[in-house]
Formats: sequence, structure tokens, C-alpha cells
Amino acid sequence: MTQTSEPSTVDLSVFDEDTVARARQLISRYPLSRSALLPMLHLVQSVEGYVSQAGIAFCAGQLDLSNAEVSAVATFYTMYKRKPCGEHLVSVCTNTLCAALGGDAIFAKLREHLGSEGKPLGQEETSGEPGTPGSITLEHAECLAACDLGPVLQVNYEFYDNQTPDKALELVTALQAGEKPAPTRGAPLTDFRQAELQLAGFFEGRESDLDGPSAAAETVRGARVAADNGWTAPSMSDDVAFPPVPEKK
Amino acid sequence: MVDSLTPVLTKRWLSPRSWTIKTYEQLEGYTALRKALGAHPDQIIQQCKDSGLRGRGGAGFPTGMKWGFIPQGDGKPHYLVINADEGEPGTCKDIPLMMADPHSLIEGIIITSYAIRANFAAIYVRGEALHCIRRLDGAVKEAYAAGYLGKDILGSGFDLDVVVHAGAGAYICGEETALLDSLEGKRGQPRLKPPFPATAGLYASPTVVNNVETIASVPFIVNGGSDWFRTMGRERSPGPKIYSLSGHVTRPGQYEAPMGTTLRELLELAGGMKDGIPLKFWTPGGSSTPLFTADHLDVPLDFEGAAEAGSMLGTTALQIFNETVSVPWAVMKWTEFYKHESCGKCTPCREGTYWLVQILQRMVAGNGTASDIDTLLDVCDNILGRSFCALGDGAVSPITSGIKYFKDEFLALCDKNSAVLAGAH
Repeated sequence: MTQTSEPSTVDLSVFDEDTVARARQLISRYPLSRSALLPMLHLVQSVEGYVSQAGIAFCAGQLDLSNAEVSAVATFYTMYKRKPCGEHLVSVCTNTLCAALGGDAIFAKLREHLGSEGKPLGQEETSGEPGTPGSITLEHAECLAACDLGPVLQVNYEFYDNQTPDKALELVTALQAGEKPAPTRGAPLTDFRQAELQLAGFFEGRESDLDGPSAAAETVRGARVAADNGWTAPSMSDDVAFPPVPEKK
Repeated sequence: MVDSLTPVLTKRWLSPRSWTIKTYEQLEGYTALRKALGAHPDQIIQQCKDSGLRGRGGAGFPTGMKWGFIPQGDGKPHYLVINADEGEPGTCKDIPLMMADPHSLIEGIIITSYAIRANFAAIYVRGEALHCIRRLDGAVKEAYAAGYLGKDILGSGFDLDVVVHAGAGAYICGEETALLDSLEGKRGQPRLKPPFPATAGLYASPTVVNNVETIASVPFIVNGGSDWFRTMGRERSPGPKIYSLSGHVTRPGQYEAPMGTTLRELLELAGGMKDGIPLKFWTPGGSSTPLFTADHLDVPLDFEGAAEAGSMLGTTALQIFNETVSVPWAVMKWTEFYKHESCGKCTPCREGTYWLVQILQRMVAGNGTASDIDTLLDVCDNILGRSFCALGDGAVSPITSGIKYFKDEFLALCDKNSAVLAGAH
């Protein structure tokens, strides 16, 4: 990343009063202000769809850090994007287990579909004009912690479980056409920037998102088998006492 | 005789809207908190020690002992940090738990914070787990509204604030000191230990870092007592454990069973190997734990059992691969992961994983030689025990165990090239 100029010369007008108020609110959540940096970087991504030089200067200004200190953090983490993202971010798990079950084939199929002039789309590249409807940024992701539901992919960090190359292609084609197919687990799909606002910790007006499905058949499989067989943990006695207060050594 | 499955942490997952405070309170939720607030904090620590609860994040450190390391009366603020940065390949237990039953974690956090005298707790959740972050945020708000969080909780005089903090995509932040740096708004790189977090953790103050499954167990221990907890599992690894079965099995999923359950028993519950294709290799606790094979079906999966058989219990992430999967290919994929996630702080891990990937890719492409196996093992030897944190140690596990059990498969990749070289001499 190139050396940034003095903060005063960077145009921060994209970050409006609401964003400033949210940044302040983030700072107030922590005992020390710098802890607000990671959520604040999610916040600037919700405004611009990536972490721009202005986004870095904005965080630096809010937290009284240097641009270099913020840049060092922003470039360390995979989820902070350094180029503008599409309306949607599609992340395909290609870690070993998902890959063995078809994750590599899914990623290859989507690269090919989203590519142009015979060239498959590359890692973190965008099909379409970033930010415009139907534009899609594609990435292969590391293990997404849904291995029992593999192969999985995410759109804006909502889960689409038990995928196949054909199902994934159908999903992405629908996204390009402006549709928003519901995730298997997660809230109704919005877009990458809305997701980033929630990752920054702002959920106002989206309370119904909580009701999005979460428990797949796989999730509750053991609980179901236990219920069907009448298996339980041993029962607890009533009113179990605590051990005595240990003597100070 | 204890049942084959013992749902404790997973028992509410079948209930309608299990993530709401209403459902939680109907199912004994927050009863342990009321009980705990009436006890002396040291009694709770002692009870946790007596229960034998060991950390569910992979290392298995005794939880009560960890709490006991927090110096009391030191005049410094204390902190509780929940490691919810689930990212170890194969591991998928904490995210479903937090989605289905976030209040069990929050109740555990309040009790633990009261025990270690902390007034601020953070849940560091993997950023990619958006739905889980949402559910936690909703649950924290419900808990504040009900008076379980904030000032003077249930009239006890105890104050606690909890923040849900989203990470940003870095496997290394699952390492507890890297997590603390990340939570402080820095690059997530591990710290030199000592000092340990118990004396200098978050903001250089005494801090307990515990895994989600560990802390969600606490309300049950408070209600059931240490003897109840010990009715499940084995002497040195007591309690129930969520085993996550994934890959080539008929019915993958989350199965909560007593510690020490074997893969043979779990496979039976999960309908056996998918399409009847035989088992070839598996991980007992994520990709950082050395591979097992079909010879290890009867290893008791607890901390001692897995270690005695040459691996580690890790996160009980049982990734199961059948005979159709190439071991060198699987090992290459995992190594690519470690190379990507190496934080770059120490040379053995940063450089070593880079070169391991080069060699493995060459071998899998059919351009390796038998001497590459020696080179791999030599590089592994320079990473294991010489890296700054456990990421490096984990990175070599698939390679060394893969070569240990499946050397022929690595050699077979090189056959063509050995012949060419032999002819050239």
C-alpha cells in the first residue's frame, strides 16, 4: 500500500454524521479506544464496500492513531478488502474436507462462469462494476466452520450448505439477475455493505434477522438421535451445595 | 451405565426459538446464575476445579486452575475473554452452539466473571459467523433488559458489561495471545509467554481466555455439581463433549457424548461410512492433530486416549475421509491453509510453511522425487517446537502423520521420476 498523504488532504466527506456517530459509539463500548479499530474497519467497509485510503484516515482520526498504524492492521486481516467489492461477496470453502466433497469443483465452476473472454475470474476479483446491482466478488475461503454441512459457501457471510457445482451456479446466476435466494442458515440476503454494518455491531431495524434459520438437520442430529432413543445425561440432584470456601494458603 | 449420547449443551437445540431468553428461561435458564450469585466467588472456582472441566478449545487445560491463577486483591481490573474464533479445519461446534443457545454462553460468562471478579467480558467471534454474531448481540441485549447484565445484577452488587466483538478473518486469532492483541485493535500476532494472560492479558491486566464450549458448560456444573459432571466421561477427562462428524459418513453432524467415546461408536450412531466405502484416515480434533487411520477406531476420544495413541483430542473435529481420497493431496491442501494463515511473525513457520507447500505441490503434480519426503520431514523438524506459537506445530501434524501411515502413497507419486533419475545416472 502506498504511503498516505497527510490526513487533512484526504477527502473524508463520504463518512457522514451517522458514520461519525457510529464510530463514537464503537469507541464507547470498550475500556480502551483502540479496541474499536476492528469494528470500525467493518464500519468503513459498510460505507464504501472496501477499506480505502479515506477509510484508513477516518479510523486513524477517530482513534488518534497514525495512518500507518491503521494500515498495518487493515492489511493483516482477510475480511478487509483493499479493492471495491461487488454487491455480493461469494466465498467458497476450499479447505481439505469441503474440497474433497466438491468445494474445488464449485470454485472452479464459479470462476469460469464469472470470468470473461475465456479467462476465469481470479481470487478476490469482481465480475461487473463493483457496487452495482448484480456485481459479484469471488473468493475461496478457508474452513468456514460448517464441516458437517460441506461443501459450503457463503454470500455476504450467510451460509449456503450442502452445495454442488450446479446449485452454486444457479445461486450465483440468480444473484447476478438481482434475485436474493434465501440462505440455508442466516438472515434474508441483503448485500455486502449491509453485512459489514452488522459486523461492525449495528443491527437497528433488522431485528427480524434473528429469526433466520440456524439449525440444519446435521446440527441437531445427535440431539435428535438421543431424543428418539430416550437417551439423556444423568439426572441432577436437587439443590446441590457448593464446596466450602477454600482456606487462603 | 451412562447413555451413548448425553445431550447437555445440545439439549435445548431442538426447542422452538431456542435462542430467545423466553425459551431459555423456560428450560432452567439463568437458575444457575441466581445460585452462583449467592455463593462466594472462590466456591465457584473450587467447584469448577472439583468438576475436572478441561478447556474445550483444544489444549485441555484445567479450567478451574486457570481461573485460580487470576491474582485477587491486586487492585487491577480483571477481564474474561471468550475465544469464539472457531476456525480450526474440521471444527464446527461453537458456531452452532452460539446460534442455537447463545444464552447458555452468556449465563456462563456472568458466572465466570463473578468468580474471577471481572466487570468486563468480550466475546471474540469469528467475523465470517455473521448469523452467530447477530444471535449473540440479540441475546446480550435481552440479558441487559432482564437485568442479568449491567449494574447490580439481580441485586447482588455485581456489575458486568459484555461486548460482542467480530474478528476479521485470521485463523491465528484463535491463539489466545494473538486474540488479545487483535481485541486491542492490533495485528493478530502471538505474544511471548510468560507473562501469561492470567497476569498480563487484555490491556496488560489479569485475563481469563476460555473457549465457548467450556464456558457454556459452567451453568450446568453450578446446577448439577462436580459429582454430576463426573458421572460422564473418564477420570481425567470428565463431562460430555460435542463430537463433530464431517466428511464421508452417512449422517454427519453434532453428537454430544461422554468424553472417551470412540469413533467406532460414533460412526454407528451416524449410520457408518457413506455408501459403504471404507475409512482411510481421519482427524480426531481438527487438521492440527496428527491423522488417525482405520486402526484407531477404538481409541477412547478423550485427552489421554488421543495422546496415548499418538495424536491429540484437539476440538473433537472428526473429519472422515474414505479410500477415494489421496493422502498427499489432502496434506497439501491443509499445508496451503497453514501457509496462508501463518502470521509471519516467526521465521520457522513463515518460511517453513512456504517451502512445504512448494514441495507438496510439486509432488502432487507428479514432479517429486523420493528425496522430497526427507526434505519435507527435515523442514517439519525445523518448525516443530521452534515456532513462536502452536500454529507451526499444527502445520506439521498432517505431514508427519501422513508420511508415517501412508509413506507408500507419497512414494508412488515419485515412482516415475525416480525411474527417470535412475536412468540418467
